[in-house]
Amino acid sequence: MNALKKLFGGNTRQFGMIFALVALIIFFQIATDGRTLTPGNVINLFNGNSYILILAIGMVLVIIAGHIDLSVGSVAAFVGVCVALFIRDWGIPWYLGILMGLGLGVLIGAWQGFWTAYVGIPAFIVTLSGMLIFRGANQYVGKSNTIPVPADFQKIGSGYLPEIGPNIGYNNLTLLLGLLGVAFVVFSEIRSRRNAKALGAEVPEAWVSIVKLILICGAILYATYLFATGRPGTSFPIPGLILAALVIIYGFISSKTVIGRHIYAVGGNRHAAELSGVQSKKVNFLVMMNMSVLAGLAGMIFVGRSTASGPFDGVGWELDAIAAVFIGGAAVTGGVGTVIGSIVGGLVMAVLNNGLQLLGVGADLTQIIKGLVLLIAVAFDVYNKSQGKKSIIGLMFKNFGRSSELKADETTSTKEVISRGI
Amino acid sequence: MTSLNTHSDPIILEMRSITKEFPGVKALSEVNLRVKAGEIHAICGENGAGKSTLMKVLSGVYPYGSYDGDIVYQAEVQQFKDIRASEHAGIVIIHQELALIPELSIMENIFLGNEPTKRGVIDWAEARIRSTELLARVGLREDPETPIKEIGVGKQQLVEIAKALNKSVKLLILDEPTAALNESDSQHLLDLMLGLKGRGITSIIISHKLNEIEQIADSITIIRDGKSIETLDVKADGVDEDRIIKGMVGRTLESRFPDHEPKIGEVFFEVKNWNVGHPQVQDRMVCKNSNFFVRRGEIVGFAGLMGAGRTELARSVFGRSYGRFLSGQIHMDGKDVELKSVKQAIDAGLGYVTEDRKSLGLNLLDDIKATTVSANLKKVSKHNVIDANKVFTVAEQYRKSLRTKAPSVEEGVAKLSGGNQQKVVLAKWMFTDPELLILDEPTRGIDVGAKYEIYGIIQQLANQGKGIIVISSELPELLGLSDRIYTIFEGAITGVLNKDEASQETLMKLMTSARKTA
Repeated sequence: MNALKKLFGGNTRQFGMIFALVALIIFFQIATDGRTLTPGNVINLFNGNSYILILAIGMVLVIIAGHIDLSVGSVAAFVGVCVALFIRDWGIPWYLGILMGLGLGVLIGAWQGFWTAYVGIPAFIVTLSGMLIFRGANQYVGKSNTIPVPADFQKIGSGYLPEIGPNIGYNNLTLLLGLLGVAFVVFSEIRSRRNAKALGAEVPEAWVSIVKLILICGAILYATYLFATGRPGTSFPIPGLILAALVIIYGFISSKTVIGRHIYAVGGNRHAAELSGVQSKKVNFLVMMNMSVLAGLAGMIFVGRSTASGPFDGVGWELDAIAAVFIGGAAVTGGVGTVIGSIVGGLVMAVLNNGLQLLGVGADLTQIIKGLVLLIAVAFDVYNKSQGKKSIIGLMFKNFGRSSELKADETTSTKEVISRGI
Repeated sequence: MTSLNTHSDPIILEMRSITKEFPGVKALSEVNLRVKAGEIHAICGENGAGKSTLMKVLSGVYPYGSYDGDIVYQAEVQQFKDIRASEHAGIVIIHQELALIPELSIMENIFLGNEPTKRGVIDWAEARIRSTELLARVGLREDPETPIKEIGVGKQQLVEIAKALNKSVKLLILDEPTAALNESDSQHLLDLMLGLKGRGITSIIISHKLNEIEQIADSITIIRDGKSIETLDVKADGVDEDRIIKGMVGRTLESRFPDHEPKIGEVFFEVKNWNVGHPQVQDRMVCKNSNFFVRRGEIVGFAGLMGAGRTELARSVFGRSYGRFLSGQIHMDGKDVELKSVKQAIDAGLGYVTEDRKSLGLNLLDDIKATTVSANLKKVSKHNVIDANKVFTVAEQYRKSLRTKAPSVEEGVAKLSGGNQQKVVLAKWMFTDPELLILDEPTRGIDVGAKYEIYGIIQQLANQGKGIIVISSELPELLGLSDRIYTIFEGAITGVLNKDEASQETLMKLMTSARKTA
């Protein structure tokens, strides 16, 4: 167990989720007699969930900052219908349509961000109102009709990487992408080892790195194989490509940039952040605005995939996105969460959905199971916290865990006494 | 339970050699307290002397078994397991921060947790009649249905007492009851206490306002460093303020401070006619026309009782992060500066280490390295991208130079002890390279060894030519550390003393009374 812990670094909670995801995939692969890991099914799974995963990226930032956004489904639907109308009625090209859709997302986000950050209304209320407003707006401007979009635009929701170069029986671009992925993973592992060595920090043993690389690269190559060997005309889907780009960009922003640190700081302790010079209002504004932009993008991808915008697009998406974020390890109280964790959380839900469908389980039971999974994942988190932040592995070896006791030089304040006494 | 003989002078409460230890720290050591029935008994001592801990032992917050010694109350040894048990016995404690729910009415608050019922349904008619009676007893003329948030702190205090009376209190404990009250509200409360005494209710009062104690107390027990020093009979012993102060501060100063030769330069920071209003209460002032200055290399102390407005002054100067700014100027290096936000203040070269480390100073989810750079991310980033290597190096440097005890800079700050947490906070502000560093209670909740180290860091910073402001409730700390000390009372600066003219007695006088001259 210690070896496993070394393998996946200090973040055992994330490890737990990845572990759960792999276990789920293996379970369904066996239970469905191999129908889970077929090229067609995997491509389908990505296409059918990419917009939820994109929402989860924005949502995790919102939740880290200590807010929530209930309006994403409605915003997605409103942006979708507007873009469909722009293209149909004004005859603008598809790329201009996408730009205008993103611009609309900025405006909507500024509206919600203004109320949340500068007026100080809880995001729950602002976005609950936004959920109603933009749903109504979608049905008002679209007159509750479906509005088709041209084939060019559909590509962002249902297109694939094109066939380029010699025909070797696989999709060349997909292979290239897979190889780039492997190269990136290997390179960054080498770099982090070199850095750790230079700084005199603890360098993990060589075998740990090697096993880790073999596992990750194996997974990437296997996925590449699946995507590259689909039925003719399919390959790595465009929405998946957009998603991958967003994961890399937002993963970088959240963990490596100043604004990313500020989001965590505001969510972790707003007052402490403010006293360190963080402009928390600006951070909150940007986080809410960003969410709406991503919601607009998700809406457009969905419209592209379903070839038309409709009055009930995006219903319930907010809940799927929020569930993905919490399963992925974010804390309800803010300050905790990762982009990659939320993607894994979203994939857990997606695989569960897909696998149960393949097994012929009805929508009724599927919902019950998904609900229980969400509850258990968060219960786990809450329980961990009450136990003094024990890891999953720590839980398995409970007796060896440290108990949380009052430190030597801590005194309790009167406030604590009051809350304890009553 | 053991029955005990009652003496001719009835003792309602006797606490016998109470010892309370926290891991590594002895908060109370063999404390004795004898309270006569029907008297007002004051407990005096500096902050951190152990007064509150003693009251927590008495009221069952620290349950029986977690301390040594006996509590004899009404001639029986008591074994309170929680606050409910002590309240059941008639001991009610009213904390400095009131435990009232602002949205509920006076009546609902009085009966909270103790609602009069008729067949399981709350009998509001009965509650109304009884609360009107209780309000009359405490001299509060308000409709019982007024929400708590609509009445002032003074009246809220009275509601707390009414609530206690409703629980048929026999021994009432008031922790700093007048700290947040103005003159007339305080007087009313003191009169009420005398009135309650007339009805046979015994009170224990903890207060820093010695003039009030002198006025109403029958006996005074002085606690110092977790030990009960003496019990004075106010009438018989002819006790006055000076006598109490002498008992409170009578400790011998060991060498608790590193040697330090101050290198004091020019005045570089000056605050003039500083006026700040309370953030919520419209007419209340938290800083009244304050003027002060700091020289380079100088450690300036700010002495004042809790709630005197020290923190409010510091935070309002630090980018107006507290209160409503009304008027005033800041000069830095001869120039007028306007510090309207914390960011501007930091950019101008100010740093502020808060007194409330956990709720205002640290993001407890972060690790040491993230905390160290959190107030100056600019310095470790290029084009807004943070250089993780730099962060690590910087944090590691501070960990070594401040001797922070942690396995690595990747350790979560929540896991550190108070002293080490404070070192991380100091590192965070040192990394912003401030010209003026304001330290608010820099050694609160920190054990003696770590205190010494933190004093050393502070002196080192001063030697580098920085200006340092130290706010502290511990007078020996201010006397040992500062080159000059300002005193604050009720939002106004009441005096300034140089190191050689300052003593605990002179400071205490200035801290507890309004400015006498001008």
